[in-house]
Amino acid sequence: MKVLVCVKRVLDPQVKARVKADGSGVDLANAKMTMNPFCENGLEEALRLREAGTVEEIIVASVGGGKTEETLRHGLAMGADRAIQVVTEEALEPLAIAKVLKQIAEQEGVGLVLTGKQAIDDDSNQTAQMMSALLGWSLAAFCSDIKIEGDKATIIREVDAGLETIEVRMPTVMSADLRLNEPRYVKLPDVMKAKRKPMDKIELDSLGLDTANRLTTLQVEEPEGRAAGIIVNSVGELVEKLRNEAKVI
Amino acid sequence: MSNLVIVEHDNNEVAAATLHAVTAAQQIGGDIDLLVAGENCGAVAEAAAKIAGVSSVKLADDAKFGHHLAENLATLIVDVAPGYSHVLASATTFGKNVMPRAAALLDKAQISEIVEVKSPDTFVRPIYAGNALATVQSSDEIKMITVRTIMFEAAAAEGGSASVEVIGGGADTGLSSWVSQAVSNNDQVDLTSAKIVISGGRGMQSGDNFEMLHKVAAKLGAAVGASRAAVDSGFVPNELQVGQTGKVIAPDLYIAVGISGAIQHLAGMKESKVIVAINNDSEAPIFQVADYGLVADLFEAVPELDAAL
Repeated sequence: MKVLVCVKRVLDPQVKARVKADGSGVDLANAKMTMNPFCENGLEEALRLREAGTVEEIIVASVGGGKTEETLRHGLAMGADRAIQVVTEEALEPLAIAKVLKQIAEQEGVGLVLTGKQAIDDDSNQTAQMMSALLGWSLAAFCSDIKIEGDKATIIREVDAGLETIEVRMPTVMSADLRLNEPRYVKLPDVMKAKRKPMDKIELDSLGLDTANRLTTLQVEEPEGRAAGIIVNSVGELVEKLRNEAKVI
Repeated sequence: MSNLVIVEHDNNEVAAATLHAVTAAQQIGGDIDLLVAGENCGAVAEAAAKIAGVSSVKLADDAKFGHHLAENLATLIVDVAPGYSHVLASATTFGKNVMPRAAALLDKAQISEIVEVKSPDTFVRPIYAGNALATVQSSDEIKMITVRTIMFEAAAAEGGSASVEVIGGGADTGLSSWVSQAVSNNDQVDLTSAKIVISGGRGMQSGDNFEMLHKVAAKLGAAVGASRAAVDSGFVPNELQVGQTGKVIAPDLYIAVGISGAIQHLAGMKESKVIVAINNDSEAPIFQVADYGLVADLFEAVPELDAAL
């Protein structure tokens, strides 16, 4: 079975997002970028499935501009077999991304799609669910455990109340939650090896899809900050303040 | 305008989260209909019909909706949505699971986790873990929306007298089936609706040490939460996680214990009315958002707090 792992290039999670002065968006110029952490969980799971013999080939794919290649190279260094970059300088919405990646999944004839559950930049949490809809496949969202057996997979999902176990028919689209696995560290020889792995580039326009955005961003602003508080010197003072000043206990 | 709100429920009761989504629909304006899909869930429809401001309740009662699996439920939403200008659900794991699937089938964008309704087509939503707020305008004729519940008051659960209409449910897609659910300890206070929450981070050092927090929580009638670091370290299960990719909460009092205050954690609790931070590192970023900070060893401060309450 071939698996398509969809990954996104995002602002490094350790870096605080700064809003541009003109309110047009978040300033990413010269910012440290990285593979979305949840996408790393998705890729790590694909690598483990290949190690277990469930998966033969791992294709890592992303939609984006020039430097998206760096993120895909990181995926290759982690262990993916080859990469596909769908090239566009436009920032596409999840629906358009899902259409593009659905087409790639069909062209490649994969039996499984793995993604992160959420990108930590726009926090949409949509692409996996949308891909499953467009492919007409089952959906296994927010996975923390995956077992594939023949034409079925048993999934443990992270839900608000706890853990839900479902069974889905293959092929399926899975989105990774943080407890699915611990992504491996990339070693220098892997980085060197990744440079020689195949990287296909496909121009977005050549796919002939309607990827027009449906949302117009009118403004991006920083939220109001909280006013600075005080440092108390003892537990006794804290309890007194909570009782008599804040009146919350 | 007309709104369709997808009701979250357990086949017995309407989830509190849905009442907040109804308020968002009220702010959009126009009629509000509710969709209740489940199995043997007539009582849910009856309760939903009493929610203030609701015009009608559509009830799809069928075994294939019993566990709210995304495939069958999305197919139903696609059947019901045409004619509505807005389809809303709460931004819980229920809404996050099914709504994008329905949106894609309808070829509509989804506007995730709105925190404010500016106008019927313009909404504010947080991005970058809430470090920025984006105001977006939708050009879709059906606006598919999930609602960040803490930013909208709950609609009154009583006072309405909507009609209940039984609808069919289409075919079973047969793509998935429910096996089981492991629910966290039921005698604990619900994290999302608790008035007081006490959370532990990596500084707690072990799952056993969370017992200290449970003792304080029991005295305060509080729920226990955790940072992602504590979940990652295996101290506590993921359903306790507060943050960008966990639960977003806004209690009256939030007590952060041994939590450094990464931006991902702040995203889940910074709307709390009063924030207390207990940490031995005076430079920890959590102190920048805390109303009351205590620089102390948590293993001394928490038992002392327990004794003082």
